[in-house]
Amino acid sequence: MPWQRKDLLGLEELTAEEIELVLRTAEVFADVFERPLKKFPTLRGRTVVNLFYEPSTRTRTSFELAGKWLSADVINISSSSSSAAKGESLADTARTLEALGADAVVIRHSAAGAPHLLARTVKIPVLNAGDGAHEHPSQGLLDLFTIRQHKGKIAGLTVTIVGDLLHSRVARSDIWGLTKLGARVRVTGPATLVPPTFASLGVEVYRDLRPAVEGADVVIVLRLQRERQAGGLIPSLEEYAALFGLDAEKMSWLKPDALVMHPGPANLGVEITEEAALDPRSAIRDQVRNGVAVRMALLYLLVGGGEKDVPAVA
Amino acid sequence: MSRLLLKGARLLDPGLGLEAALDLRVEDGRIAELGKGLAGRPGEEVISLEGAVLVPGLIDLHTHLREPGYEYRETVASGTRAAARGGFTAVACMPNTRPPLDTPAALGYVRRRAEEGGVVRVWPVCAITRGLAGRELADLGLLRRAGAVACSDDGRPVMNAHLMRRALEYAAALGLTVISHCEDEDLAAGGAMNEGAVSLALGLQGIPPEAETIMVARDLELAAATGGRLHVAHVSTARSVELIRQARRRGVPVTAEATPHHFTLTEEAVRGYNTSAKVNPPLRTQADVNAILEGLADGTIDVIATDHAPYSREEKEQEFAAAPFGLVGLETAVSLVLDRLVHGGVLTLAEAVARLTVNPARALGLEPGRLEVGAPAHLTAVDPDRPVTVEAARFASKGRNTPFEGWKLRGMAVLTVVGGRVIMRDGELVV
Repeated sequence: MPWQRKDLLGLEELTAEEIELVLRTAEVFADVFERPLKKFPTLRGRTVVNLFYEPSTRTRTSFELAGKWLSADVINISSSSSSAAKGESLADTARTLEALGADAVVIRHSAAGAPHLLARTVKIPVLNAGDGAHEHPSQGLLDLFTIRQHKGKIAGLTVTIVGDLLHSRVARSDIWGLTKLGARVRVTGPATLVPPTFASLGVEVYRDLRPAVEGADVVIVLRLQRERQAGGLIPSLEEYAALFGLDAEKMSWLKPDALVMHPGPANLGVEITEEAALDPRSAIRDQVRNGVAVRMALLYLLVGGGEKDVPAVA
Repeated sequence: MSRLLLKGARLLDPGLGLEAALDLRVEDGRIAELGKGLAGRPGEEVISLEGAVLVPGLIDLHTHLREPGYEYRETVASGTRAAARGGFTAVACMPNTRPPLDTPAALGYVRRRAEEGGVVRVWPVCAITRGLAGRELADLGLLRRAGAVACSDDGRPVMNAHLMRRALEYAAALGLTVISHCEDEDLAAGGAMNEGAVSLALGLQGIPPEAETIMVARDLELAAATGGRLHVAHVSTARSVELIRQARRRGVPVTAEATPHHFTLTEEAVRGYNTSAKVNPPLRTQADVNAILEGLADGTIDVIATDHAPYSREEKEQEFAAAPFGLVGLETAVSLVLDRLVHGGVLTLAEAVARLTVNPARALGLEPGRLEVGAPAHLTAVDPDRPVTVEAARFASKGRNTPFEGWKLRGMAVLTVVGGRVIMRDGELVV
């Protein structure tokens, strides 16, 4: 089955088969870090624009490397250097980029649905690199890829997501991807950040951390934004760390072979301690590396034409 | 003054309890004769209304004409043309203009613009508080004298309960209805749509139903205590309907309106980040829609109003959270009422017409229009069966922000007559 969609806006609308196609394609690129020559000629002559309206290190760099290793010309635009600072609307910016011959736009934006607005406005592929609290599909895919790399499968696993789910685009993409591929998903965190409505997404809502992580095959820890305290959602970061922060003691509740993941950047000492992040069960470094392979797969499928299921290796 | 003979329609006047197949003659802007088989006279325009129902001119109790200050969104001229195209002969226009309608001068400006370029009657609603700021009362007595038909800080709530109490007391003595935009600003702050499963999936901040319900409860208590006449704008939640129902039972002087979008659409319409479905109060759940339909059916909600809120394409073509709240409704309301409520079995045609004529007039303390000899000829004809497809490109409004684009509906307004002058025929403006 070749890739059919113009855009990648979220995992909610993808089928399990489409997700599998991305993961299978990413396998081809997975050993790229081990290669002496990292370049594939696939996107030679194509231009990929990274349009980032929010600060980002790993996602932007990851997409940039993915584009460059596929031989595309990559242009990075951040909101401070773009006409957004002059009040140009997102739709107008998109039309301008299309008129300049861009072949794809990768967008990161603080507003949920910004990639959808872009996708409606231009004919070229739009890749969502994180939109507000909506989705972060490439992160969801790299999490799936990493879990499968370690566990050999997704179906039948129990995965627990801990933290500020309400504001987390990573959590939403993880939930859609994991449930579509047959995993059981548990979620937990303070009631103000994990409202019971989450059950409508097909997950089990836990109020306490311990029963939520006991017996889980994978624990995904989310970043806690410091502004949640000022917003009246949690009493203090200290209380949060005590109740939901993953530390050495709470790591002992996990299965010996459990996988610990974090989308980064971590607030060490809040949602996870440094000790826990460096635990042998932590896959955080793998997540970062796999991110490049998954994004190469996405650019290959969406920009490269997608005539073949997997690319010929250069 | 043109002379007009409207032939072949069924006449329906819920205020008079009239329902009869009669011809209607108009002379000098007034209804001159009612009768069977009236013959045309020289110089008289004869309009055949076979299959249509002729009713007193429809009133929209909730329109944003945007003038002065936001003429790029709508003007008195374009907004009244949209009203006429949709079958309305009068609109009550909201005061959240720039400057707001909080002084007799601003109110007078709108009335002058209506005289110069309006094609339907324009009834200005003045602000409750100066500058719509919620801090001190506007000069309600002077505004009443200048022609305000009601007062409202629409678009914003009066958050201060003490001030709302004083407004109801003071306005009651003036015979001025207080139209309340019921929204707790703290609970609603930052929200872009209804809070629930859809907002969760879309990652949008929600506006919980309690943001409305709490203020409805507060204002009903204040109306009961003061005797002030309260009109609850754009009811969106099941609990609001229930609270209003209970209050009416105990005799609280309250009327309430529902919009066509709130009785037709749910939060699902927002999916895909459709900014045309971004409106305040937000589209809620099917349970809320059902409660509103029940409220309409049992008379708890006695008025249907549009909350016509035009915006420019640029304003709506933004990130969902950044786009403004509001949608246009004047040119789709009658078709939605006929299709969803009348053909949907919720209301009889007479009940639906009452919610667009006699009831909104009474909510303002005005005499309703009547189909009787001597009454001013403000008339609307609707064809309950004529099919129509919603096409925003054909709107007379400057706003194209409708969530109903492409909808096929059964029933439409086919004639608008204001003061004896034909403004719209068969869905097309003729002036």
